[in-house]
Amino acid sequence: MELRPETESARESRHKRPVRITHWVNAMSFLALTVSGVGILLAHPRFYWGETGYFDTPAAFELPIKPVLEELWVRAWGRNVHFMAAWIAVGNGLAYAGWGFYTGHFRTRFLPGREQLEWKSISALIGKHLRLKNPSEASGYNILQKFAYSCVVFGLLPLLILSGLTMSPGVTAAFPQLFTLFGGRQSARTIHFILANVLLLFVVIHVFMTFLAGFRGNVMPMITGGPRGQTGVKR
Amino acid sequence: MKKPSRRKLLAGFAGAGGAYLAASRGTFPPACRGIFGASDALTFAAHRALLSHQPLAREFGREMITKNFPVNGTRNPEDASYQKLLAGRFTDWRLPVDGLVSNPGELPLSLLKSLPSRTQITQHSCEEGWSAIGEWTGVQLSRVLERVGAIPQARYVVFRTVDGWWDSLDMSDAMHPQTLLAYGMNGGDLPVAHGAPLRLRVERQLGYKNLKFVSRITVTDRVDNIEDGTGSGAFSAGFPWYAGI
Repeated sequence: MELRPETESARESRHKRPVRITHWVNAMSFLALTVSGVGILLAHPRFYWGETGYFDTPAAFELPIKPVLEELWVRAWGRNVHFMAAWIAVGNGLAYAGWGFYTGHFRTRFLPGREQLEWKSISALIGKHLRLKNPSEASGYNILQKFAYSCVVFGLLPLLILSGLTMSPGVTAAFPQLFTLFGGRQSARTIHFILANVLLLFVVIHVFMTFLAGFRGNVMPMITGGPRGQTGVKR
Repeated sequence: MKKPSRRKLLAGFAGAGGAYLAASRGTFPPACRGIFGASDALTFAAHRALLSHQPLAREFGREMITKNFPVNGTRNPEDASYQKLLAGRFTDWRLPVDGLVSNPGELPLSLLKSLPSRTQITQHSCEEGWSAIGEWTGVQLSRVLERVGAIPQARYVVFRTVDGWWDSLDMSDAMHPQTLLAYGMNGGDLPVAHGAPLRLRVERQLGYKNLKFVSRITVTDRVDNIEDGTGSGAFSAGFPWYAGI
């Protein structure tokens, strides 16, 4: 094992390798889950609350598309890709969360600093966002980033997984509490769809913000690591 | 991050995975083909571990029964001999049971109805996305298997239907208390559109495993020598043999 110089922390990459790997595996599985999810959805683009629902029962809302029922391969392919990508996403997510808690990544990168919680700095940050100005801070995530990433990692993604599992007759036989959590099988399906859209919205904003903060200076560090402290360099 | 600990961690994962695979030999689905075979196998192994204590699927009160239970697939088989049996209200209908059983033969519908019955109000979830709740009355498949004397080597139960479908269950699902050969629905006889006189109910799997118009049961130790060897007529259309998702 090679000995590292004491100045390691100064040369430590902006995004550690486990973060970079899990970030891109997650991005690719979410892309696969989105495309395949649409394939599954096309067979029955209607959503209900409660336990049951069919074409002849009133929908909570429906998408203005004709159900794709005859073309079996669309949802067969969709389901196969969806469940394969879900396994990858779950394994990847567990590895990321396990690493994040074990190394204190979430504590050091996700918890807001004292000065970040001051109303003056929060309002200045919101102002920058509203004026579409680069909101990057000297080092680390700004508080809106911290809030958004925490919501996605600890709220949105676990709820997406759980609402997906609530559609499984096997898993729910083992854990019927899932039905109580989401208020029924069709409610779980509806919530799964809504949460997927929220996550899609997050991704759109997330990508938009990397452009705002300097695409090259923000995407390259997520691929190569990049030097620490070099956040949001505008080019 | 310290290198040795990561290496140890990975070695630990690999060891645990290998041990698990060794312990779970025989819990692979029959058709593990193509690029999706791995995730199908993972899902099946996970479900068999989660469901090893054979929990029941949820059951509901009568007030939850769906008024117009959707009809999927064949509504009324054109088969001439089926139509003749239907005209005779299925009094002459018999269920052939063969394969790895000590007493193969044909079980009359009246005999199936004379065996202790089970009634359950459960949710039917279609892979298309809809779901409905119905009340099913029938004989537990486990009782029928016991009656015909399924031998311990049996690993699958294969079902064939009047309208040409076929599928199979492993013994874990076949012996589950809620797995029925149902002849009644919502308090009456099983309607033709829902698979009269006998349909399969497998409550911990999706709708497409719940075959209608069951016409023959075969107990076997392998399915790779039946039809296309995938264990299910749905597989060639892209739907996995195990549908507990």
